[in-house]
Amino acid sequence: MATYTPTTPVQGFGHDGNPPMPPGRGGDDGRGGQGSDYGARLRRARLGMICGFAAISMLFISLTSAYIVRRGLPTYDDASSSYVRDWGVVDMPWVLLGINTLILLASSGTMELSRRSLARQSALAEVGSIPGVSLGNEKSFPWLGTTVVLGLAFLLGQWLAWKELGTRGFYIRTNPDSSFIYLLTATHAVHLAGGVIALMWAAISALRHRAIQSRRITVEITSWYWHFMALVWIYVFALLGLAR
Amino acid sequence: MATPVTVHAHAAPQGFIRKYIFSLDHKVIGIQYYFLALTAVFVGMFLSLLMRIHMIWPTYALPLIGDIKPETYLSLMTMHGTIMVFFVLTTAPQGGFGNYVLPIQIGAPDMAFPVLNMLSFWTTFVAYIVMLSAFFVQGGAPLHGWTGYAPLSALPSAGPGEGLGADLWITSIAIFCIASLMGALNFITTTLDLRAKGMTLMRMPLTVWSWFITAILGLLAFGVLLSAGILLLLDRNLGTSFYVPLVVVNGTVMGHKGGSPLLWQHLFWFFGHPEVYIAILPGMGVASQVLSTFSRKPIFGYKAMVYAMLSIGFFGFMVWGHHMFMSGMSPYSAFAFSILTMCIGVPSAIKTFNWLGTMWKGRIRFHTPMLYAIGFVSLFVSGGLSGPFLAQPVLDIPLHDTAFVPAHFHLIMGVAAIFGIFAATYFWFPKMFGRMMNERWGRIHFFITLIGTYAIFMPMHWLGMAAQPRRYSQFTELNYLQHLIPLNKFITYAAIITVSAQLIFVINLFWSLFKGPKASDNPWECTTLEWTTATPPPHDNFGGVTPVVNNGPYEYGVPGAPRDYVMQTDPATVPSH
Repeated sequence: MATYTPTTPVQGFGHDGNPPMPPGRGGDDGRGGQGSDYGARLRRARLGMICGFAAISMLFISLTSAYIVRRGLPTYDDASSSYVRDWGVVDMPWVLLGINTLILLASSGTMELSRRSLARQSALAEVGSIPGVSLGNEKSFPWLGTTVVLGLAFLLGQWLAWKELGTRGFYIRTNPDSSFIYLLTATHAVHLAGGVIALMWAAISALRHRAIQSRRITVEITSWYWHFMALVWIYVFALLGLAR
Repeated sequence: MATPVTVHAHAAPQGFIRKYIFSLDHKVIGIQYYFLALTAVFVGMFLSLLMRIHMIWPTYALPLIGDIKPETYLSLMTMHGTIMVFFVLTTAPQGGFGNYVLPIQIGAPDMAFPVLNMLSFWTTFVAYIVMLSAFFVQGGAPLHGWTGYAPLSALPSAGPGEGLGADLWITSIAIFCIASLMGALNFITTTLDLRAKGMTLMRMPLTVWSWFITAILGLLAFGVLLSAGILLLLDRNLGTSFYVPLVVVNGTVMGHKGGSPLLWQHLFWFFGHPEVYIAILPGMGVASQVLSTFSRKPIFGYKAMVYAMLSIGFFGFMVWGHHMFMSGMSPYSAFAFSILTMCIGVPSAIKTFNWLGTMWKGRIRFHTPMLYAIGFVSLFVSGGLSGPFLAQPVLDIPLHDTAFVPAHFHLIMGVAAIFGIFAATYFWFPKMFGRMMNERWGRIHFFITLIGTYAIFMPMHWLGMAAQPRRYSQFTELNYLQHLIPLNKFITYAAIITVSAQLIFVINLFWSLFKGPKASDNPWECTTLEWTTATPPPHDNFGGVTPVVNNGPYEYGVPGAPRDYVMQTDPATVPSH
């Protein structure tokens, strides 16, 4: 049981002796994030992204469990009047997929360089805002654009891989193995396309001269997402390659 | 004295569209969710009424609707279940009240991601429209029940409604999953990152805990349903065989081979069981809040309540197999699922006894929210007690396809959660709209609804034990069920009265919106943060400042306090020794 003892002044709500704390700013406040609480916004956005990772992981975990279950199922064969495995074996375009993997890993690297470059620009922008200080016309390598190009190249590569599968006679309905190959790679590609759109958004923000810190949050968060997608791809690649 | 710093989370919008339609304000979004659920619940109730009428007068052609054929009945059942589960029980408690109240209760100016929050609502709205559109397409709404069991749900030729109607149904569910994931992400981030100074986890109101845990369940469960839905759409439209084995429909061999209908069941129920807790946990939070406030006593066993909710959420992910005892699963698996299911009885009992302990020797104020909270506990116990029956395979197998199961889940998941929504409505209406709801009509509404609910669902248990099958559109001509027709008629009459009584609620709601007496800032003398701010709260919730929290959420009857309650922002209470 607690007893009531007025030991501290009533705080908050504007009638106390202390200045109240400013409220936290929404993580996507729709104003371009011109506030100064960059650290808090970044932390919040990262927390949201971690939640997103959990949800995406559950999506791939459930697809994996479906993969394992479906792979182990026997099906009745009329011809032999017995239960047989109908899983099928797909002749995968491994070389193409390997190149795609390298492109994606390279894009993860350029994404990281893009993130660091923007962090440096952000710090320099603060210095540049000091009267009398000029930063000259330093141009940094367009890592962000490179990442977008590599991301699009990966998606194009996946498209070519699906075309190649079709050429070899494997479509989504050919057998369970091909169904899962299309399903898993397409699910990953859709997610990666989301990352490409986010990066394009950051690039458009730069062209529109929006606050660098707002772009920085987009790029910071997308870099986490991008690396996560690279990991998911390695997982999908391993699942399709090793568990067959 | 320092000048208060006025900092807005985002500027108050001026135009009508940004203020009321595409608003970023969590309060407006919460109200939007609420009214979406309100329209959905009336659609759902209307469908159930049609089913009940058809059950006892199967040959009667209803005005405007005409004959109810067996497939029409199954469509009504499917859409009733789907609309109620997704667009009412998931939408109102979490999207509605969670959105409106959670940020204020933790002292935040808004949700962590206001734009995402707006997107969540409008995505939910699109899902709802897509769902309703299934009624109006060729073949009508699907027949496969809210659980969408394959292969019925996976074959467009399996029956009327299984064509475009079923595609729309699955698409709607998939869109709803995305909306719920966005919402869950927002709730979790908001709770973890935007709490005011002093609002430690163990000072959060139990409502906040319940929304937080619900969000975690949603985050982990909806992704699984989404993937299950994608597989189903592929089976239906691209000829894959994830769920469909070699099947012959009306003499035609379908092109599928080797799929497993059980795979759908596993994926669906891995989502489906946590979904039950997504529906009921917010009700538990509201019941705790209201029982403590109106008993003028601290909640009994606050920490036990938190841990009980956490363990209910945890076990919720381990018991999906108890929905599949009839599927021919291994008896060893069934045994494990059975034991784990019965384990949930322990935290549920902890919560129930703590609610009773909270009321024990309290100075109870029987306002309408309190009546509904007590009703919630009553229904939770009545519906919950049949849970351990059904958790045992040996009992579930004879009862599973009878009316016993709908009786069980309607009491605990359906109406108990609805009572939580009613309690929340009567409790927070003054804060949301600045006016009080009518008490007299609130009580009349409560007693008719409580008695009506028991009149509908208690006899349904007996019907089940007497082996009346569920999902049958017509049974009045079956000899062995003749003696059950009077009881079925009684249930239908009770349903007509209970559904009609909901008009009292709607009239009270809208009348009070415009004509109700003005509410003070804290009409219930409650302690949590939403009652420290103006009624209705300003755009940024606390007028440009954030409160500092010094006390727990349920400081009622504190010795030595000037009032019988201590607000969370009041000077700190010191534990006595």
